[in-house]
Formats: sequence, C-alpha cells, structure tokens
Amino acid sequence: MTNVLGVINLINEKPILKELTLHRCLASVPFGGRYRFIDFVLSNFIHAEISQVAVFTKDNGRSVLDHLGSGKEWDLDRHNGGLFILPPVSDDAKLRGDIQGFYDHREFFERTSADLVIISPGHQVSKLDVAALLEFHEKTQADITIVYREYDGDPIQKPNYHQVTVDKKGNILDIDMFTAPQKGDCVCLETYVLPKSLLMDLIQTCYENGEVDFLKDAIKANVHKYNIKAFNHKGNMIFIHSMNSFHAANMALLNPDTIRAFFYEDWEVYTKIKHEPPTKYGQAARVTNSFIANGCDIEGTVENSIIFRGVKIKKGAVVKNSIVMQKTEVEDDAVLENVIADKQVAVTQHKVVVGTPSHPKVLRKKEII
Amino acid sequence: MAMLLAGGQGTRLGDLTSQLAKPAVPFGGKYRIIDFSLSNCMHSGIDTVGVLTQYEPHILNSYVGNGRAWDLDRNYGGAAVLPPYVGKDGGKWYKGTANAVYQNIHYIDHYNPEFVLILSGDHIYKMDYRKLLKYHIEKGAQVSIAVIEVPWQEAGRFGIMVTNSEGKIVEFEEKPQFPKSNLASMGVYLFNWKLLRQYLVQDEKNSGSSNDFGKDIIPKMLKDKNKIYAYQFSGYWKDVGTVQSFWEAHMDLLEDEPAFELDDPDWRIFTGDANHPPQYIAPEANIKNSLINEGSWIYGNICHSVISHIVYVGKNSFIKDSVIMPNVTIGNNVTIEHAIIASNTIIESGKKIAPLKANEVRLYSCPQTMEETDIKEVL
Repeated sequence: MTNVLGVINLINEKPILKELTLHRCLASVPFGGRYRFIDFVLSNFIHAEISQVAVFTKDNGRSVLDHLGSGKEWDLDRHNGGLFILPPVSDDAKLRGDIQGFYDHREFFERTSADLVIISPGHQVSKLDVAALLEFHEKTQADITIVYREYDGDPIQKPNYHQVTVDKKGNILDIDMFTAPQKGDCVCLETYVLPKSLLMDLIQTCYENGEVDFLKDAIKANVHKYNIKAFNHKGNMIFIHSMNSFHAANMALLNPDTIRAFFYEDWEVYTKIKHEPPTKYGQAARVTNSFIANGCDIEGTVENSIIFRGVKIKKGAVVKNSIVMQKTEVEDDAVLENVIADKQVAVTQHKVVVGTPSHPKVLRKKEII
Repeated sequence: MAMLLAGGQGTRLGDLTSQLAKPAVPFGGKYRIIDFSLSNCMHSGIDTVGVLTQYEPHILNSYVGNGRAWDLDRNYGGAAVLPPYVGKDGGKWYKGTANAVYQNIHYIDHYNPEFVLILSGDHIYKMDYRKLLKYHIEKGAQVSIAVIEVPWQEAGRFGIMVTNSEGKIVEFEEKPQFPKSNLASMGVYLFNWKLLRQYLVQDEKNSGSSNDFGKDIIPKMLKDKNKIYAYQFSGYWKDVGTVQSFWEAHMDLLEDEPAFELDDPDWRIFTGDANHPPQYIAPEANIKNSLINEGSWIYGNICHSVISHIVYVGKNSFIKDSVIMPNVTIGNNVTIEHAIIASNTIIESGKKIAPLKANEVRLYSCPQTMEETDIKEVL
C-alpha cells in the first residue's frame, strides 16, 4: 500500500457552535456521550491503516493537545510515523489561513516518508471509508481527489458550505464557495487526496503569490489545470452547521440503528480513555431513551438525552431532550429541557432551564445556574 | 518491587474459570480481578511488578501486556509477565506460590530490591502499600503480613495470625478449626528480600515441602524466630474465590454508601479494555439501583444488578440481584434472579434463571463460542 500521511486541518474551521468553542477549537467539541468531533476523522484514518497523522492547529489548541496526548488511544504512539501536532509558527495575526500554516511546516512535509497526503477537517461526524477513497484515487489516476456528499442535512441559513460541480465522468468542473446547499446539492467536504510533491508545489506557489486559502487558491484556482476527480461519500455522516443541528445530531443517536452505524459497524470510533467506573443508577432513577456514558451517578429522571462521562443527576431532577457534557451536576429538583450543558456546569436546586428543539438553550462551560 | 501471584486456577469459581485464570475474571461490570492489585501498585508508587502466570495464561498475558493501563510501561522495571520457562537445566511448572517466586529469583535479583511485596491477584481491595512499608521499617520487621479482622465464625476459612500486644506474630494457623484469633492474612506479604531469598532456596531443597508461602515459608520463618509483624488493615477487602463471595462483592458495590467505592477520584481503578460506546437505554427500559457499563443495550428491567459491557437485555426481561458478565445476550421475557451469568452466554427469550435453593446464587454459563453474526441478529 502507498505510504499515506493523514493531515487534519484545524486552521480555518467554520465559525459555528460559538458558545461551545469559546475555550476550544471546533474539532474538540464533545459529541455523542464520550467523543469529540476529531475522534471520527482519526478513527477513519486509523481504520485505513494510516499510521502517520499531522494535526495543524490554529489557536485554542490546548483542548486538542490534552485530548490527543501521545496518540496512544488511536495507536499513534509510534516510532515510525505516529502523531504530530503542528501549532502555528508565526504569530496568530500573521497566520493567514492554512497556506501559511502548511508553508511554515514545509520541512515536516519534506521529511515525512509519505508519497500521498489526505487532508481533512477535524469536525465532521462522518464515517468516511478512507481505504476506498485512496483506492479510488489510485484507480482514476487523478492528480487530486476531492470528497463530496449530496446534502442530506437540515435546512441551512448561513452560507458556509462549498459546493462542487461534477460532470458525468466524475470530474470536478468548478467549486462555488460559501453557499447554503439544498437537499441533493454536492457539498465539498474539504477532504482532498493528492501526492505530497504536488501539495508542496501548490503551497510554495500560493505562498509566493501571497495567497492564503488552500481550497480557494490552491484547488479552485487550478480546477482546470489539474485532473481533479470527485469521490462521492455515501457512508454515514451527519451535517452539523448550527446549534440546533448539533442538538439534532446528538438526538439522532437515540436511534439504535444510528448508534450501530456510527459506533459498532465497520470500525470503532476511538477516543481518550477516562477510566470512569460503570454508571450508577439509584433507587429513584427513571431513565428512558437515552445514551449514557460511564462514571455518572443518576438519581433523577432522564428522558431522550445524551449524558456524558461523570455527570451527576440528583434526586427529583429532570433532564429531557438535552445534552449534558462531562462532569456537569444537576442538583435536586432542577429541570433541564432542550438544553445543551457544556462541561462542569452546575445547575443548582430547583432551577428550571428550558429551551426549544430549534433553539436549544446553551449553558457555558463551568457556568453556575 | 512487587510479585503478583496470578497463576491460580480458582476451581471454586466453576465455569467462570474454565478457560480463564482467576485474576483475569471480569469483575464489577468493567474490570478484571487483577486490576485491583495492579491499581494498588500504581497508586502506591510501585513501578516494578512481576506477574506470575501459569493456568490458562493467554488472556491474562495479553491483558497485562506491557502494563500500559497501569502506567507500568517503564524504561526501567515496569510490568513483566512471568510464565514458567525453560533454562539450560530444563524447566518446570510452578509447583506452588513460593516455587513460582523461586523460579524467578534472577528476575528479582536483577532489580536488587531491599524489599519484595508478594501479592495475590484475586482480592478486591484498595490498599496503599507504602503504609505497610512504613510500618515494616518502623517495627524493624523482617516480614510484615497484612491482616484484616474477619467475623469469628468465618475465621476458619482463612490463614489466621495470632499476635502479641506489639503486633508481632507468635502463631500462624492455616484454616484452623478452632481459631485463636480473628486476624486473617490478606495474602499481602512484605519481605526483606535477602531473607526471603535464603528461605526460598532452602525450601526448594526440601523435597517434602509444598513450596507454598502460607503452608511452608511463613511457618518455617516463624519457627526460626524471625521478626514477623502483622499490619492491621482497616478497609474493604474481599476474597472473591467462591461463587457466593464473588456475587456478594458485586452486591456490596450496589449499597447506597458502598464500603468499596469504585467512583473514587483519588484511587481510580484502571483497566485494560475500556473503549466502548455509551450505553443505550431504550424507551421501555427501567433501571433501579444498578451499575451499568458502557457498550450495553438495555430494553428490559434491571433491579439491583451489575451489567457489564457488550450486554444486551431484551424487552420485558427482568433482572434482579444478579451479575451479568461481558458479552452476554439476553432475549425478551427472560427472568434472572440471584444469578451470575458468565461471559459469552446467550439466553434465549422466555427463559427463567433462578437459584435452585433459596439464598443460593446460580452460576449460569453456556460455554459456546459466540459467532459475531449471532450477536448482530439478536441486536
């Protein structure tokens, strides 16, 4: 098999889920009870036997550093290859886009033994079959392969997706940037496969021309110069573009078929191990239709909710249609409905916090209510 | 450094150990029995642990591996799995606990420790071995044995220490019919290595010896008037060597204020195999007073029970006062009471599993290899 380098590009993340990204980058937003977004792309890479992965961070890199550690949970603590975290070299002000980030670390690309590079964002809840993608790239003899998906998410208000125009032979004809796709439109997943040598040429040229954006300046601008093929990602994926689509994506996990599709079938999703004990259900617990991680202590009522590791829900408390993240405590007789509670929130006794499915109420990290 | 005796078969656990060494038996919904001793080593700052294996060692050997889960993957020391081996004079199975350590004298000599801690891998407890060492040094002891007070009526099941007022052991009785004390050995021994080495060599030459710490080494050391002290441990300690005590230890975890708290941020129990998705609790599920691990699917009713990872409980099933071990699939309309369901068991819909006699615990297993396709079909 070709020697492949996986690149996770966190440099130009979308400005979504604002309240959840105050203290962290988008890729490390918690999802699904015990995961973070970045676990999906990492697990997809590992499943395709990619054993060297570079994570390009911008700012707020601490939560990603803490989460990834040595990479051992993803079998990336290796002598050959393994995990590389590449923070910005220039001052943040100077760091203009991913071209700069890649350029600053061009020596890393030179040194790696890989011939082929796959670049992906860090926030997609997606089970992309990377092995099939690499095979496709090889078979079509494309210079560059771009992954797209026919849009199947909730209606979008903000135009922050890019669309590809694909001809019948699977060639990419054009890329429209910053659009709000409708159902069935071909959304560019900002995932590319290309030879390392071509990547380095593109970065060098763009940098010299003062260009900043990899998709716009390296790919879109060269769409007629190179043979660019489109790979249709038909596997499981949930588009997340707003707080309510984030809420809905979590709620989708209350369907056993979805749980199986994402976490049991094909390959597992790896994440940082926390060594929490099994969850304890008390005498008065009433838990139904929920997805619950370990280390929780549940004395109250939980319905249609996603409960992360180490959450405490005390007697008389009611949690409905909500997402409650790590180590949040909901005290006696408090009520949460259509709420997204970030980590370590404290909801004190008798407090009632209610949102709606289209406007879930977000409680910020460490907030005391 | 510590030597952990993990070679025992554990015959009294019946089918739970038919293909598995006792220390590797799953416990507490998520752990294996050996995790408790290894986590104790980790929290006590012991960074060199030899794990002596013999009976059905495959799972145990790969499970302990390089000790990564317990921070025992060290440049110097760390975890070493020590099965019997062959040298230039041939090789032998471990004949007894003392012989197992004897055969690894070179391993211990390599680290040249002043003290060696001998542990058994089949007890549930949290113990800071540093306190034992401090006591050992303060008393100027040559051997210290950790003891715990047990109820008088149960004292006959244990190795019993009779001590003087200073804690010095004057008499040792293995499973006495009429115990003179209720201080039971916890199977935790701290030896001055030079002395232990001498006795191990001596004991090996004695063809009449059963090469066992409790039966041979300790009585001989006592007879020779060595300074052996009892370190009294107060805390939760449970031997889980029988089906009944194994079940009881699980029920202890379900107390409102359990004497043994798994959820202790200062003394986490670490385990090797921990990547499972969150547990799915279906709309029709009902769970009271239970411990449930990740990777399980609950559609039925769970009351006062411990459910491990990759367990599926079907609709209208009712599980009470029971322990469900990993990889168990339970169909619909099943009733399970007062039972332990062994790993990899499939229980078909409509079945009822309860003890044959009141107050007994039913150990139910069906030692078949479960095909992955079967699981998916039931799921």
